[in-house]
Amino acid sequence: MNGAAEASEPNLYNRPVSGQPSRPDGVLPPPRVAVLDNGLQVRIIESHTAPLVSVWCWYGVGSKDEGPGLTGVSHWVEHMNFKGTAGIPADEFKQFIDRFGGFWNGYTWIDQTTYVATATKDALDQMLFLEAERMDRCLYDTAATESERTVIVSELQGGENDPDHLLDIEVTATAFKAHPYRHPTIGWVGDLHAMSRDDLHGYYRRYYTPTNATLVIVGDVDADNALRQAERRFGGIRAGATPTRRRTVEPEQTGERRLEIERDGTTGYLKVAYHAPAVIDSDFAPMLVLDAALTGAKGLNLWASFGGPTPQRRARLYRTLVDTGHAAAVDGSFVATADPYLFMVSATATGGTPLAELRDLTLAALDRVCAGGVPPDEVARARRQLQARIVLENNSITNVGHQVGFFETVAGPGVLAQLPARIAGVTPEDVARVAARYLATSNRTVGWFQPI
Amino acid sequence: MTPTLGLAPVREQLANGVTLIVTQTPTQPAVTISAAMSVGSLCDPIGADGTAHLLSRLLDRAVGTRTADEVADVLDFHGVSPSITVSRHTTTVSCDCLAGDVEPVLGLVGDMLRAPACSDADVEIRHGQVMTGLREDEDSPSTRALEAVMPLLYGAHHPYGRATKGSPATVEPIERSQLLDFHAARFAPDRLTLVLVGDITVSAAVAAATEACGGWRGQAAPLVSPPLPPPAPPVHRRLVIPMPAKSQADIVYGFTTIVRSDPAFYAYWVMNNVLGQYGIGGRLGQSIRERQGMAYYAGSMLEAGHIAGPLLVRAGVNAENVDRALESIDIEVAGLARDGATGQEVTSAKRYLCGAMPRSLETNAGIARFLQTAQQFDLGLDHDSRLPGLVDAVTVEAVAEAARRTLVPEQAAVVIAGPYEGS
Repeated sequence: MNGAAEASEPNLYNRPVSGQPSRPDGVLPPPRVAVLDNGLQVRIIESHTAPLVSVWCWYGVGSKDEGPGLTGVSHWVEHMNFKGTAGIPADEFKQFIDRFGGFWNGYTWIDQTTYVATATKDALDQMLFLEAERMDRCLYDTAATESERTVIVSELQGGENDPDHLLDIEVTATAFKAHPYRHPTIGWVGDLHAMSRDDLHGYYRRYYTPTNATLVIVGDVDADNALRQAERRFGGIRAGATPTRRRTVEPEQTGERRLEIERDGTTGYLKVAYHAPAVIDSDFAPMLVLDAALTGAKGLNLWASFGGPTPQRRARLYRTLVDTGHAAAVDGSFVATADPYLFMVSATATGGTPLAELRDLTLAALDRVCAGGVPPDEVARARRQLQARIVLENNSITNVGHQVGFFETVAGPGVLAQLPARIAGVTPEDVARVAARYLATSNRTVGWFQPI
Repeated sequence: MTPTLGLAPVREQLANGVTLIVTQTPTQPAVTISAAMSVGSLCDPIGADGTAHLLSRLLDRAVGTRTADEVADVLDFHGVSPSITVSRHTTTVSCDCLAGDVEPVLGLVGDMLRAPACSDADVEIRHGQVMTGLREDEDSPSTRALEAVMPLLYGAHHPYGRATKGSPATVEPIERSQLLDFHAARFAPDRLTLVLVGDITVSAAVAAATEACGGWRGQAAPLVSPPLPPPAPPVHRRLVIPMPAKSQADIVYGFTTIVRSDPAFYAYWVMNNVLGQYGIGGRLGQSIRERQGMAYYAGSMLEAGHIAGPLLVRAGVNAENVDRALESIDIEVAGLARDGATGQEVTSAKRYLCGAMPRSLETNAGIARFLQTAQQFDLGLDHDSRLPGLVDAVTVEAVAEAARRTLVPEQAAVVIAGPYEGS
């Protein structure tokens, strides 16, 4: 039995053992910052609320780093990095953390790839060992590569079963002409069939280096000890070359784009996508408030956002589309990205509502905001919602670890800590300004799924 | 009051029968509110499947003297978005709020359960949304397969065989008066378990709960009468739902197991972990995903309930691989039933299940879910303290017996939904 799970342990759970004060403003405590000699960035936050530790290892590589013929390689590499290392046999790798009752996972998106494990604190050294192995000694066995090819195609096909997901991919690909944000993170199926083991391994060697990574440790640890453990496990990995990248700037969109998918289905879906600012842009916080006013506040935590519905009953588009019975659901998506990405509004048509009617209503509502902004009371509500979400979304060490690593990787040092104040400072004039700039007709792509 | 070790929840009973359970965890300035009413789809009138679900969608509209807009104002002002779910046995409203907002938010949650207005306008809006959701479900192979396996396992007229959300045919005719009658007959304070977890003292929780729910009077109709019938006799059943336009087929392969209160539950829990969870999908994941590369997901889930709940094997595969995947499931299921699990597998699964406890109880919401389950199945306020011992006591022989009694391929109910015609 795992000693940490013994019934006699008095502080197994979410209970204060060190008298850490609550943080009513939602601002996370500053992490212990260190850089190993090989360039690995390390961030550590002590949190003694449960006998747990969460380890995240972040890499500055995502699907925006992929060129033609290699779409999906970042994600496939992520899969391969669970297929065994020189020090951990393939058939033991996915059970390594389970031995400690741990949770483990990984994900890849447009800017970043990350791996997480959360387990009892006695697992810390093994978690660090696993991540160090993953950074430097993955196997890339040929047979395992072929087996994983079909797993990933299965993942892609599972996504294609969802018409809303299909539409999302098509709208995104239409909105971008030049920037690699245009292709889906899972890749185009032709590339998935064509890519070789050497393509994958070469990509892994290029981007999985200490200089391109951030290690985050959050939990019931002593920061000094945790740093020493990290140095012991990662210190021997050679720095490697800092990856060089070519960057493409998406040219300004010069006119509205529209697309329609006609396929077998039962329900109509609509998406409206606008090019939107990157996280370091001064327009980011006003745009976040604008999204909250239009569709409800999602907060800032991609990882925690899967956890529950959005408060949106008084949001502008909910009232216009859902309260009137035209849409069964409406949602907005605007997240922190390294380069300018998209603000996307999605709506599901109720039975009997023609898609054209839903589309016209949605666009008219967005055009009104573009022309006139949002009243002060709606801005104030959106700000307050965001502030509440920022507190609630940091309710576990896993969520805190995500936020620290995500913003370090995607935005850079210091950005996360500034965001609550940036949001609090957003005025109705700021919101009107970004609405006028980004919700312009010429900046949008409109797509719909017409069931037949 | 009944203080215990571990989570140390405190249970109180309000004068009107509301059960209140409180655990104080002042590590974040927030509180989880979980209000579970023992009214679920089992209570749906015959021929009106989906009544409880449709009613649940009206709980956050107009309530008591508050209009839908006023309810929305309170929720959005506090940044709260309640999650309202209906299972076969319960309707649950849960949300997280800032600690300073507990009184107004809890007051609203109490009103939602006590006095939904079900105005004509709200019924029309929610009716349209629910019907749209049902049509979306009809287009989802995974949802179709999951829903279709239950009538195969339990019988189409068994309460567990009926769809929790109903169908377009049963939901479409449901009228406002039926919803109000259903609420009046079923929702009462003695059916409510209110769990508060977070930065709140017991005395403050009692005061807030009394303010929110103390004035509610009434008594509900008997819980379920007559007692739930047993599942259908175990014979092999197979259903193919052709969905030729889809890219991938979803397989659900199920059995019935045991009731949650059965002492053997913990052996079944370990057995399921070995079969379809440990690592990435247990033995099933090792075979179907890791060795054969056929599926992105393959694993199993166990839902022991008030009667013998289901154990469901699930996998999503290309249509060309359906038969091979089914054969692999047969092999893994039969192998575990025939040979049991190894000592190492049982030890690993037990370590995982016990080690996962602190993690699952890290957040206020996780603790609230645990306490609601303990209350629902009468597991005791000290269940968190006893659980590791109960799991640790599971033997290799008990796991083998659980597998032998349950995992009989010839008695499985199998559904395949997707671009597959069947063989």
